[in-house]
Amino acid sequence: MSKQHVTMEVNGDPIEFLCRTDQTLLDCLRDEIGLTGTKEGCSTGDCGACSVTVDDRLVCSCLVLGVEADGSKIETIEGIGESEDLHPLQRHFLEEAALQCGICTPGFIVAAKNLLEKNPSPTEEEARYWLAGNLCRCTGYDKIIRAVMKAAEEMRG
Amino acid sequence: MAEIQFAAPETIGQAIKILAGAKGKSKILAGGTDLLVQMRSGRIEPSFIVDIKNIPELSEIKKEKNGYRIGAAVSGARLGENKTVKKKWPGVVEALELIGSTQIQGRASLGGNLCNGSPAADSVPAMIAAGAKCKVAGPRGRRTAKVEEIIIGPGKTSLKKGEFIVSFLLPNKPKKSSEAYLRLIPRTEMDIAVVGAGVSLTLDSKGVCSAARVALGAVAPTPILVDEAANILVGSDLDATTLNKLAAACREVCNPIDDMRGTVKYRTKVAGVLATRAAKIAADRIRSS
Repeated sequence: MSKQHVTMEVNGDPIEFLCRTDQTLLDCLRDEIGLTGTKEGCSTGDCGACSVTVDDRLVCSCLVLGVEADGSKIETIEGIGESEDLHPLQRHFLEEAALQCGICTPGFIVAAKNLLEKNPSPTEEEARYWLAGNLCRCTGYDKIIRAVMKAAEEMRG
Repeated sequence: MAEIQFAAPETIGQAIKILAGAKGKSKILAGGTDLLVQMRSGRIEPSFIVDIKNIPELSEIKKEKNGYRIGAAVSGARLGENKTVKKKWPGVVEALELIGSTQIQGRASLGGNLCNGSPAADSVPAMIAAGAKCKVAGPRGRRTAKVEEIIIGPGKTSLKKGEFIVSFLLPNKPKKSSEAYLRLIPRTEMDIAVVGAGVSLTLDSKGVCSAARVALGAVAPTPILVDEAANILVGSDLDATTLNKLAAACREVCNPIDDMRGTVKYRTKVAGVLATRAAKIAADRIRSS
C-alpha cells in the first residue's frame, strides 16, 4: 500500500513519517510518532479525548487525516509541562482531584490551555461552554471547572 | 480498507483536473467533521480524497463590491472571529457557530455543512434567508448558484460530477436590515436541529417591513425557502396578527419526519414558533443598531 511522506512540527520538534490516507492524525500521533498521551475515545468527534491543536486551532485529532496535517504545527499533551515542572493546569487538576480514570484528562488540559491563550479571564460559563466538547464520565465536571478557573487565576498572576 | 488516494491541490484548476481524472468515488475534504465520521462508519468508501483547504480562494474572507465573499472551507471559528461579518450577517454566523463543540468549530465550514446535504444543517436556512449565492467550479467552468438550489434531498446535492463549491457571497443588505437564526434542540448545546428557522428583514423609516426572506430547516427533505411566509411580513410592522399569520404559513409548508428528535406534529408547531421569534430578533437587531 502506498504511503505519503508527511512532515509536521509536533511540540516544537520537526517530525517526518510515512502515512496512509486512511490514518487519522490521532493514529499518526499514537502509532507512527509514539506519542500516546492523546487518547482515543469515541473516534467520531463527540468526546474530545483526542483534542490537540493544529496551527493553534483546537481540533479533535480523530477528525483530521494525517496526510492533511502535512506542514502543520501540532501541539499535544506531551508539549505541556514536564513531570518535574507541571503546567499550572496540570497542577490544579491534581490539586482539585479533577480526574479519576484519566482518559479525558489530556484532552481537557489541551482544550483548557487553548482557551486560556485566547481568553485569560474566562467566566465559569465561558469555560463550561468552551469545554462542552470534552466529555468526562467520572468527575461530574465541577472539579474540572474549578481546576481551570484556579489555573487561570494563577496564570494571570 | 481499500487504498485511498489523496491530493491537496493548491489551485482551483488543479482540483478540477484531479477530480476529472479520479477513478471511482471521489470525495471533497474541507473540515472533515462529517466526511471522516461517515468513512469510519462505513457509510461511504471513497477511493479518492481531495483536500481543498490549500486553495487560497477556499479559505479567504474578503470584502467585495456586492458583499462579503466567504471561502467554502473557512471554519466556524474563523468566521466567528470576523467582527464585520458577524455584525452584518449575525444570522449566518450564529447558525454556523451553533454547530458542534469548540473542536468541531475549529474545522466545520459553510461549504461542508451545505454539501453534506442534511435537511437539518444549521447554516443552510440562515444562508438561504441571507440570500447567499455560491460560486461553483467544475470541468465546465465556473457558475453561480443560489444556496437553496444546492440540496435536492437528504445527502443529495445538485452539484454535477467534478464540481465543488469555491465560496459564498453574502450580498450587501440595504440600510435597516438584519437577520437571525434559531434552532430548537432538547438541550443547550451540541445536538442536531429538531427545527431551524432563519429570517432576514429590511424595515423602512417608519418601521414597516419592506423586504423579508424566511427559511426553515429540519421540517422537509431539504432546507426550504418559504416565500409565502416572507410575503406576509412585507408591508406589516410585525404586529401580533401578522406574526400569527407568519407562523401559520410556516406550518403550512412543513413536511417533516417523525423520529427520536421530534414528531411531525411537534416539528410543525415549533417551525411557526421559531420563525416568529427569529423575525422578532431580526427586527430588534435593526431597531437597536
